[in-house]
Amino acid sequence: MNLAAKDIKHNFGRFVLTTVGIGLLLMLVMGMGGIYRGLVQEATLLVDRVNADLWVVQKGTRGPFAEISRLPRNVEDRVLAVPCVIKANSFISHTIQREYRGKPLRLTVQGLSWPADKGQWLPLIAGRTLGQAHYEMVADKSSGLILGDQIPLGKNIYTVVGVTRGMNSSAGDAMAFLTRSDAQSVQFDQPGEVIRNERTARVNRLHAIDLGSTNPQMADRAAGNSSGIPAIGPSMVSAVLVNVAPGYDPAIVAAKITAWPDVSVYTHDGQKELLLRGMVDKARRQLGLFRILLIIVSAVIMALILYTLTLDKIHDIAMLKLMGARNRIILGLILQQALMLGGLGFGIAYFIGQWVFPHFPRRVVIMPDDLLQLAIVVLVISVLASLLGIVKALRVDAGEVLS
Amino acid sequence: MNNIAMPVVEAAGLTKIYGSGNTEVIALREVSLSISKGEVVALLGPSGAGKTTLLTVLGLIRPPDSGRIVIGGKVVFDGRLLVDSRSFRRCHLGFVFQNANLIPFLTALENVQLAMEVNDATPREAQKRAMELLDYLGVADRAEHLPSKLSGGQQQRVAVARAMVNRPSLLLADEPTAALDSVRGRQVMELFRNVAHEQNTGVLVVTHDHRALDVFDRALEMEDGHLRASAMLDKELVECKNEVALRRTFT
Repeated sequence: MNLAAKDIKHNFGRFVLTTVGIGLLLMLVMGMGGIYRGLVQEATLLVDRVNADLWVVQKGTRGPFAEISRLPRNVEDRVLAVPCVIKANSFISHTIQREYRGKPLRLTVQGLSWPADKGQWLPLIAGRTLGQAHYEMVADKSSGLILGDQIPLGKNIYTVVGVTRGMNSSAGDAMAFLTRSDAQSVQFDQPGEVIRNERTARVNRLHAIDLGSTNPQMADRAAGNSSGIPAIGPSMVSAVLVNVAPGYDPAIVAAKITAWPDVSVYTHDGQKELLLRGMVDKARRQLGLFRILLIIVSAVIMALILYTLTLDKIHDIAMLKLMGARNRIILGLILQQALMLGGLGFGIAYFIGQWVFPHFPRRVVIMPDDLLQLAIVVLVISVLASLLGIVKALRVDAGEVLS
Repeated sequence: MNNIAMPVVEAAGLTKIYGSGNTEVIALREVSLSISKGEVVALLGPSGAGKTTLLTVLGLIRPPDSGRIVIGGKVVFDGRLLVDSRSFRRCHLGFVFQNANLIPFLTALENVQLAMEVNDATPREAQKRAMELLDYLGVADRAEHLPSKLSGGQQQRVAVARAMVNRPSLLLADEPTAALDSVRGRQVMELFRNVAHEQNTGVLVVTHDHRALDVFDRALEMEDGHLRASAMLDKELVECKNEVALRRTFT
């Protein structure tokens, strides 16, 4: 006769409420692990998606994600000239926050080397990739943008032509993909007044030297576009992504490029390591500690619940002892209830989590390994939590029946 | 009555002391008794006389401080416990209390069945025997009901069935009719007598209820830890006591 099941059936409402409570607690524990996995996945998502063998960044920096990296655009051409390199794309990434339809719109802008890279590798769920050199955008669904939305950025308006899913930056912001030149326009956009002031300042500085006074043609150039002035305001990119021909060792190519005095090179794994150790590590530890605390809280609450359930049955346990029931029958009653509480709580946590986690603003990823690990933890805390009740039950004197 | 001369329990020189120093209470003073198979014995006495203590000592719930107890021919206590009290209780002793103490989340049948299952009976055999007993005690129709759905008398019958299911040598009952009206109380007492006689079980019942004393084969009285010399209550005495009780009730 399964006493645990009989007791649960008799106090079904209380058991269900208790189990749901434990389930919600375990869902938080599960969620914490999922948030950490989500952080890691978001942090490394882009690195994995673009799948470059090498990341060439500004010398001495750990860019472009861990810190700012600025490279002249011509690095792309120089890298392409290195033997065994089959592809080199400049990479531009920066975050903007604007107001759109009365709500803050936060986007991590990525520049694509159009027309070579139209965003064919993006996980589109609607629309298409970039079809022209300017004024089009592919945005992630989490931004809230939909096909046809027109977003004013800088002095231009960009139309959303494609929508992706799951493309978020390491900070959790939705990504928006523009052509490289558009991404730069957005990044370096300056108000007209700033440009006019700069031109005037340039002309004034030129007039202050002899060359400016004796060469009026130079004064004309100084008053013109910045981009028209040689060696002033070169087009900057965040990094250059390099793909090495199949069969060649990226490390050898990296060694060659590293020898250049103005760049640093990271492999695909090196870049991921930078992201994980630099950006996610503290969050990982924070979440890990919080998770441990939640597990302890769950264990304590389970122990108290099981202890209370045992106290409710002290008289019955005394009766069982009086009847001569062996300890294993009494322990089984408590332990089976603990395991049912833990097991069903785990199930509730999983199913509620499946429904709740997709609504979280940031990605929550529940991995099978993590589920297994948590199941083992739940098993252990169920057993540990029942100990308090078991000790109490073992100390009950059969004579309690008479009291 | 069969085998009346064969004792199911023999106790000699039982002493039980609670507390120490100023708080010392001597609950049993050199108590000796013997109950034969199939004999139904009443244990009378005022509150605090030591009746329940004697029951717990004989039931191996609380060991005495000194003395000797033999149950079913086996020495179970002789200055110290000589058996595992719980497993001995499981096989040889049955208990009934003032409150039925049925396990609230089990049906009447399961309560009886459980007592047999803890004694290693198979569920099928336990269920069969439990049902037979409930039928014998007149509560078979309530077998599937939880204790909360049974009357006090029905609960007490189920408790008797539970106490009897393992065919114990000795059945100990502590004021089993205190929570029942006189009719139900008498029915339960008669039940003890029938069960004892039919199953050859020794029964010791602590009671304050003098109205049903005619049911017992013998009565013992306790006072201040002493067990008075047992005396067979003849029917006349019982009738007399009943008459006195009736007069008191109606005057």
